[in-house]
Amino acid sequence: MNRDDFRAGLRGGFPVMLSASPFGALFGALAVDNGFSVADAVFMSATVYAGASQMVGIELFGNNVQPWLVVLSVFAVNFRHVLYSASIAKHIRHFTIIQKLLAFFLLVDPQYAETEQRGERGLPVTFSWYLGFALVIYFPWILNTLIGALFGQLIGDPKAIGLDVLLPIYFLGLVLGFRKRDRFLPVVATSAVASVAAMHFVGSPWHVSIGALAGILLAAILPPEHRLRQGPAPVEKEA
Amino acid sequence: MDAQHLNLLYVIVAAALATYATRFGGYVLITQLKRIPPRLEAALNAVPAAVLTTLVAPAFVYGGFDVAAAMFVAFAIGLRFSTLRMLLVGWVAVMVIRHVIL
Repeated sequence: MNRDDFRAGLRGGFPVMLSASPFGALFGALAVDNGFSVADAVFMSATVYAGASQMVGIELFGNNVQPWLVVLSVFAVNFRHVLYSASIAKHIRHFTIIQKLLAFFLLVDPQYAETEQRGERGLPVTFSWYLGFALVIYFPWILNTLIGALFGQLIGDPKAIGLDVLLPIYFLGLVLGFRKRDRFLPVVATSAVASVAAMHFVGSPWHVSIGALAGILLAAILPPEHRLRQGPAPVEKEA
Repeated sequence: MDAQHLNLLYVIVAAALATYATRFGGYVLITQLKRIPPRLEAALNAVPAAVLTTLVAPAFVYGGFDVAAAMFVAFAIGLRFSTLRMLLVGWVAVMVIRHVIL
């Protein structure tokens, strides 16, 4: 371990931690609102550690969706990480296998973005730096979940204080965060129409699978766009 | 521990394993394939926006006037500002509709 690199990582991750903190607390509060215990919420933040998919998980679980479909939806929302780990492979080739196992566990969106940038700029991506950047985000994420969950326990009727609109608005924010990606509009429009139609004709929870599949198939069928970008673009608005 | 709660713990553990698989999977894929086929990459790229849209559109259409109005206001904010501001303004909108207007 190199102390200077570790400290540089801590400094780099600090602003990310600050901007992610409200979302950690929000997750904790909404998880309790959706039937999780405080311990469940903290356990999920510590093990899944992927904000958007955790929100998807509690939303679906709260609506009594079958367990396998909850897991599949979490998996689908996190599928972008496949592209991240493929893309940073070239920068972390020198990590030991244990270091890689740990590094991939901590590979959230900003971690990917920073690692990629550092590598592209020719700066060394050391394990010490990577770990410093990651841990200053990881532990506060868990702590903020705990704080939010404890607060969530005090809430009586979530609808009376407007908590029920926060999840759809949060998901809307995430969707907007993808708007610079290729084929954004056709994919989103297709998934929107398909999910609304599926909700009407088939019913919940099938609107998730049917709507998502429609947009994904469209993306695969449309002719490829030419891009100059290196690697996948990270999510812009997410912890 | 009741069955419902045990069920939840299984879901969380499975979700954690699934997430870890995505974070490790790309590394394994790239060392095997060298390059991801363009159509596969296009499909993978579309996955998160497609999935998340299915949680937004039905809420907007079937969630009632108050939720739809708050989402619309949040959408307008989201074109320029952060998700946090969207949440704040959307929340204020729904509270005003529920407790002041209706």
